[in-house]
Amino acid sequence: MTRNGRTALAGYLFLLPNFLGFLVFTSLPVLASLVLSFFGWDLFTPPRFVGLHNFATLMNDHAFWYYGLNTIFLMLAIPVNMMGSLFLAVVMNQKLRGIVVFRTIYFLPSVVAGVGTYLLWRWIFNPDFGLINTTLRAVGIEGPKWLQSITWAKPALMLMGFWNAVGGNNMILYLAALQGVSPELYEAAEIDGADRWQKFWRITWPMVSPTTFFILTMSLIGGFQGGFEQAMVMTGGGPAGATTTISYYIYNHAFLWNHMGYAAAIAWALFTVVFAATLLNWRFGGRVVHY
Amino acid sequence: MKKTATYVVLGVVGLFMLFPFLWQVSTSLKPAGDVFKSFDNPLKALVPRDVHPENYAQVYETTRAMGGGFARWYLNSILVAVAVTLGQVTTSACAAYAFARLRFPGRDKVFLGYLGTMMIPGAVTVIPNFILMREFHALDSYFALIVPAMFSAYGTFMLRQFFMSIPRDLEEAATIDGCGLMRIFTTIILPLSKPALATLTIFTFMSTWQSFYWPLIMTSEDSMKTLPLGLLTFMGLHSTQWTLLMAGSLMMIVPLIIVFVLGQKWFISGIQLGALKG
Repeated sequence: MTRNGRTALAGYLFLLPNFLGFLVFTSLPVLASLVLSFFGWDLFTPPRFVGLHNFATLMNDHAFWYYGLNTIFLMLAIPVNMMGSLFLAVVMNQKLRGIVVFRTIYFLPSVVAGVGTYLLWRWIFNPDFGLINTTLRAVGIEGPKWLQSITWAKPALMLMGFWNAVGGNNMILYLAALQGVSPELYEAAEIDGADRWQKFWRITWPMVSPTTFFILTMSLIGGFQGGFEQAMVMTGGGPAGATTTISYYIYNHAFLWNHMGYAAAIAWALFTVVFAATLLNWRFGGRVVHY
Repeated sequence: MKKTATYVVLGVVGLFMLFPFLWQVSTSLKPAGDVFKSFDNPLKALVPRDVHPENYAQVYETTRAMGGGFARWYLNSILVAVAVTLGQVTTSACAAYAFARLRFPGRDKVFLGYLGTMMIPGAVTVIPNFILMREFHALDSYFALIVPAMFSAYGTFMLRQFFMSIPRDLEEAATIDGCGLMRIFTTIILPLSKPALATLTIFTFMSTWQSFYWPLIMTSEDSMKTLPLGLLTFMGLHSTQWTLLMAGSLMMIVPLIIVFVLGQKWFISGIQLGALKG
């Protein structure tokens, strides 16, 4: 065998384990769920081909649109969280004693984000004995019922999300971006008499815009698919569906109500939205980002 | 003056970050009835009246009848997280080596295929995977918990990027000395990639430890649950036992905190490595 032939063979062998797993647990399931979205199937009787029926149902499914709006409402936290991360990064981008300790503390909530902290926050939001309402009562305010209130359940989840995310990956990315900004730019601006605010908007903001763009894209992709674990652990999707997101709705159809075909159809609709948002983001982002 | 202001900001934010944890530790040590007392002063609510460390043992005692309970869930979590991490790092490293260094027909097309799937929501693939496992009667097995999670496009991508940045000179010299590809992989590429491998190991371990959706769908028996699921079941049964719930969830997140503090530098570099794809 030639040397190139041997290299090619080795290439296939090195790739094989991963490729097989990828094929069985990712590629084929993607196709399978697309096929499934044209069927009605309850797992127990044979699948029926229904053509586009699932997608037509989806269009008129009020619950789907309501939960879609819930998902988007929760995503309003994305810009707030990003501004928080950028603010923290700017504060931390200074030579100060003990800064590493603060960075570690800020990062901690994002490290442990998951069922453990969702349970913790469920307790923090307890209307009668939780940390927040106990504190509010001390200053004479009767706090809302948080997770049990249709109005306050979503903001409560967003507040927890802020705590989880603000000091995490995004802050580290902003910090790295800030460290790449040349100090000469700020010195020149100071000579021209720029104040702190002007320096931020004229130098910092444009210089970190590629990072902002990256974080925004990733957050949008994550946001459309998000909200499942929080809803499952903290609210059960309630009250009255107020915290049910698309991913939770897919779960309910697939694994609670055995609507496999319909669930696959919603999952594909979700994928289409994520894909479109990513494309739009790339096209639009190219114009406002300063590289 | 400016420095003082900065420290004040940093300190206030730090308190906001730490307070929930303090509250959690404090709740986990309280006598069961004390969490349902109203306090006029939140600081009084924060300091336990008397300390009950036996709450932590109670977490196990009260769940023992549930297929072995908390201890079993802990062991399951360790087993699954370690196996998935080993599997994922191994298969990713091999595939990444093939993508980065070995020339074969179709290589770049397959790689593009890998990249393309990273955008697909988990909800799309999880339904057929559930059906697959159900058909093969593999639900409620370690196979279902471990094997499907052992293959990662993200890990392959990250390691490939890192391998590409290793200079080729060393490998060329080794080839002239008659080294085979397997030897080059194990004696040159892998040792030089320790930072990337460490990062992937930490990330995979932590995300598998926290994994919720997959085990939720793949298991129904109490004895096969991992920690996040076990805690959830526990909450359903004892919704008012906040002291035990806080102790249990604290025991769940402590390994994460330890891994994070020990591996901090890998963490930071890993976040930046992951962002390169942007």
